[in-house]
Amino acid sequence: MKSETAKTLRAFAFELAIYGLLVTGYFFLVLNLLGEWLRQVEVQHRYLYAGLTILLIVGQAVVLESLTTFLIRLLRGRSE
Amino acid sequence: MFFPISGAHISPIYLVVVGFLIGILGGFFGVGGSFIAGPALRLVGLDWNFAVGTDLAHIVGKSVVAAKRHRALGNVDLRLGLIMAIGTIAGAEGGAQLIQMLKRAGNVNLVVSIVSIAVYVGISTFMIWESRKTLSSRKGRRQRKGVDHSAFKPVTRSIQRVKIWPVIALPTSGVKAISLWMILLVAFVGGLFSGFLGGGAGYIRMPSMVYVLGIPTHLAVGTDLFEIIISASYGTFSHAIKGNVDILIALVMHTGAAIGAQIGAISTQYFAGPKIRLAFVPLPLIGAAIVIYTMLSGHKL
Repeated sequence: MKSETAKTLRAFAFELAIYGLLVTGYFFLVLNLLGEWLRQVEVQHRYLYAGLTILLIVGQAVVLESLTTFLIRLLRGRSE
Repeated sequence: MFFPISGAHISPIYLVVVGFLIGILGGFFGVGGSFIAGPALRLVGLDWNFAVGTDLAHIVGKSVVAAKRHRALGNVDLRLGLIMAIGTIAGAEGGAQLIQMLKRAGNVNLVVSIVSIAVYVGISTFMIWESRKTLSSRKGRRQRKGVDHSAFKPVTRSIQRVKIWPVIALPTSGVKAISLWMILLVAFVGGLFSGFLGGGAGYIRMPSMVYVLGIPTHLAVGTDLFEIIISASYGTFSHAIKGNVDILIALVMHTGAAIGAQIGAISTQYFAGPKIRLAFVPLPLIGAAIVIYTMLSGHKL
């Protein structure tokens, strides 16, 4: 039982580390590139910006959900 | 990190950690968590209007992740969620109009504060009574997976006996017949509080689904999250048009929330319905404490 818990915790820590690395890369690449462009859209085209907010947050949610599911499967096998 | 849309300097680590914690709460209880996210964003100097709009955008993303996970676990009733979304949006508009009326009368802060404290404390008191009574009964103690006993069941059954046309079935939730108007009424009241008190009002909708409509707790959590995707998207769009959303902050917060929401959603598998309801009790009380602090100190968190 203890070894099972330790295995799960190890897998979770490893999963967090990989996820953290990917997310850090995402911050610097995507957000820095998008930031200024999004600010201009927000000032000049409010309706377009409103549509983009929904698309971006839903898009990111779908991608991150797939990524975490993939990591869970990869690190913990089919038990989850 | 500088966020050019709102002009705020906020640590991305802080945003990820806040998102992670709210994600766990959202995935486990089916709430948006705006009563924590709003003050957390205000605490680092984000303007109130940006805090409200940005929080809604982050709620959309978090709910997508948690609802997808709950759907994989069989905890989402799509039909119920779609019907509820209609009632919630109508109610949210009604709540916003009510706020405008109170603003004109000049006593909006006092009325909203007193109503919210009464509602939060009322929900918590009722849920302590119900979940403890259920857990102390034989049926509650010997609860099997997929069966959700509640001490309030007789009242729920009498509500389900109100057969005002059209009457529909919710096979996924195990409800054989219920008036469509009852579902819309529950969603409308939730939406009304959402528009009136702010946030997603999951603290009202999730218990209402369990006690009024008779939806099993796990399904109420998953379906509420699915419904939040639709109603919070509407709110985000509306706030973004008014210039109240910094999507970059929401995206950073959501990277933490995505993993927290999955942990919260998976954790529901290990708890019976009454235990989830009992664990839910502190959430509305935190909301009440924040309102009382605001009233006494004069600082809006």
